[in-house]
Amino acid sequence: MNAPLAIDVTGLSKQFGAMRVVDGLNLAVPRGQICGFLGGNGSGKTTTMRLLCGLLTPDAGGGTCLGRDIRRDAVRLRREIGYMTQRFGLYADLTVAENLLFVARMYALPTPEARVADMLARVGLHDRARQLAAELSGGWKQRLSLAACMLHTPKLLLLDEPTAGVDAKARREFWDQIVDMAADGMTVLVSTHYMDEAERCDRIVYMASGRLIVQGQAHELVARSGLSAYEASGPGLTGLVRRARGMAGVESATIIGGALRAVGTDEALLAAAAAGLAAPGVIWRPSPPRLDDVFLHLLRNEAPSP
Amino acid sequence: MTAFSLARFWAMLGKEWLEMRRDRGTVMLTMLLPIIQLFLFGYAINTNPHHLPTGLIAADPSRYERGIIQALTNTDYFNVRRYANEATMDEALRRGVIMFALKIPPDFARAVDRGESPDVLMEVDATDPTAVGAATAALEAIVPGAITRDLPVRLRFPPPPAFRITIHDRYNPGQVTALNIVPGLIGTILTFSTLVFMAMAITRERETGTMETLLAMPVTPIEVMLGKIVPYIGLGYAQATLILLVAYFIFDVPIAGSLPLLVLCLGVFIACNLALGFTFSSLARTQMQAQQLAQFVLLPSLLLSGFLFPFAGMPRWARIIGEGLPLTHIVRICRGVLLKGNGLRDVTPDLWPMALFALLVGVVAVRTYRTTLD
Repeated sequence: MNAPLAIDVTGLSKQFGAMRVVDGLNLAVPRGQICGFLGGNGSGKTTTMRLLCGLLTPDAGGGTCLGRDIRRDAVRLRREIGYMTQRFGLYADLTVAENLLFVARMYALPTPEARVADMLARVGLHDRARQLAAELSGGWKQRLSLAACMLHTPKLLLLDEPTAGVDAKARREFWDQIVDMAADGMTVLVSTHYMDEAERCDRIVYMASGRLIVQGQAHELVARSGLSAYEASGPGLTGLVRRARGMAGVESATIIGGALRAVGTDEALLAAAAAGLAAPGVIWRPSPPRLDDVFLHLLRNEAPSP
Repeated sequence: MTAFSLARFWAMLGKEWLEMRRDRGTVMLTMLLPIIQLFLFGYAINTNPHHLPTGLIAADPSRYERGIIQALTNTDYFNVRRYANEATMDEALRRGVIMFALKIPPDFARAVDRGESPDVLMEVDATDPTAVGAATAALEAIVPGAITRDLPVRLRFPPPPAFRITIHDRYNPGQVTALNIVPGLIGTILTFSTLVFMAMAITRERETGTMETLLAMPVTPIEVMLGKIVPYIGLGYAQATLILLVAYFIFDVPIAGSLPLLVLCLGVFIACNLALGFTFSSLARTQMQAQQLAQFVLLPSLLLSGFLFPFAGMPRWARIIGEGLPLTHIVRICRGVLLKGNGLRDVTPDLWPMALFALLVGVVAVRTYRTTLD
């Protein structure tokens, strides 16, 4: 099985009751890439991941993961996919090592003890091997979960918001691990709400209301968005931001890091608005649009999520 | 913290009310359970059962026979049927088909006519003292006088007892209630542990989120099911052993029959409960719901199995429900094997319904188990 695409699905749909959670999704992810999976809450990311690893059956559409049909080959596919659930999915009343040993045996790995010892060292959990999973902090729990879904050296890794609620240092270390593992040729589909994480991806897929809206590299998305931004510094920005929000051409205005940032799709209108917002001591200057501007823009312009 | 605040109390009350309203299942159950209990206690349970199956053998035909049968029937406690020989009647008593066995000895009529007050042997299945107590009392009071009008005229005045009834309590000669309750408890305790634990087993995984991880791994349903069930089989047997030891050494419950046979039957019974528990576990979305489903089986089992109240005293509909419950059969088997020394042939009528139950519910359990989150 050496299909060039790790994920190749078309028309994927899933409905719960009257709600179309995934709605005709087409997704193609080349092998060996880290693909960032973005989108608002309830946009269908988790359901998509569950469809990809056979935990849910699609109502319509289909395709392959690692060259295997996601409908017919779901069971064999599970040996080659690692799936990290959004919620901690290991046994709280088992120790770190016991959890990993259980998983290793479920995958029928040869020499499970050695494999677990290896993995414990690799993710830096060996000091906590005998600690109950319930006693781990959020960051360590995520690391244990990652270790568990990596034990069988999957070719495709599905990570569902692996760093939600984790501190910055732990997030950084977690991502270093992911990048490290992707270097071995593994494909990773990882959902996140963090821009710094999105920027570390080879490619970004943005989903809204169960559909794929845009995809590409981070800088491509920024370039294609057609957004412009202006930043103001100086006194009295809190008053200014309220005025800015009502002005033509300003799609969003926020104070970030002591500066007022206004973003819009029409460069000329935005420039005019900045000029109109002149105040003593306030200096306006154009600023390059950023990835978070793009996503906020996308989120604002989609139908309200249920 | 300040003193009691009425506002905070109201807030707390309001929140509880909202949560209670959202949890329809529990509220429904708290309304339904009393109704079920009322009907069961009110209509099904009768601690003074009538129309108890009674066997009769007359060594030779006599003109008093009809009078005796009539008298037994008139008490309302006995439903008499005739048996051709002692062996079949004994077997019927052992298997619980009849609860009383009346043996009219040879030469009965002549002995009565001679005024010898002959003895008639009434054997009583005393396994459940409650079930037979009132009937036995009625027997001694009423029956011997009943044939007085059939007597030769010279014997009618003064009326001596025309015959005497010797009551022989079988299986539980002292009519010790514990000897009845303790064997019944084996099945009851096993129901509580295996059914309820099993019902929670899968729902716990679902509630804590480990089910999703489990399903994402290459594991087959049968592996999950067996892996979940086998420990509980062990647990069930450990429990049964403990109960038997206590029963034998502390409550002096005899072990009249074969222990291996009992172990086999308990195995089938445990399988029934685990299959049912597993099904509930697959159907329920939360542990709370699983527990409630288990309750729906536990309560009727306790009341309609003959464990607490005499099975013979229940109306037909209740007995039909009772026959469908595994506990009914294991209670009979435990009592039969321990107290009566029943063998495989005697317990078969109770063994096959349990086996069938385990099989059918087992199929349902496999069918309801989902390998996906759909």
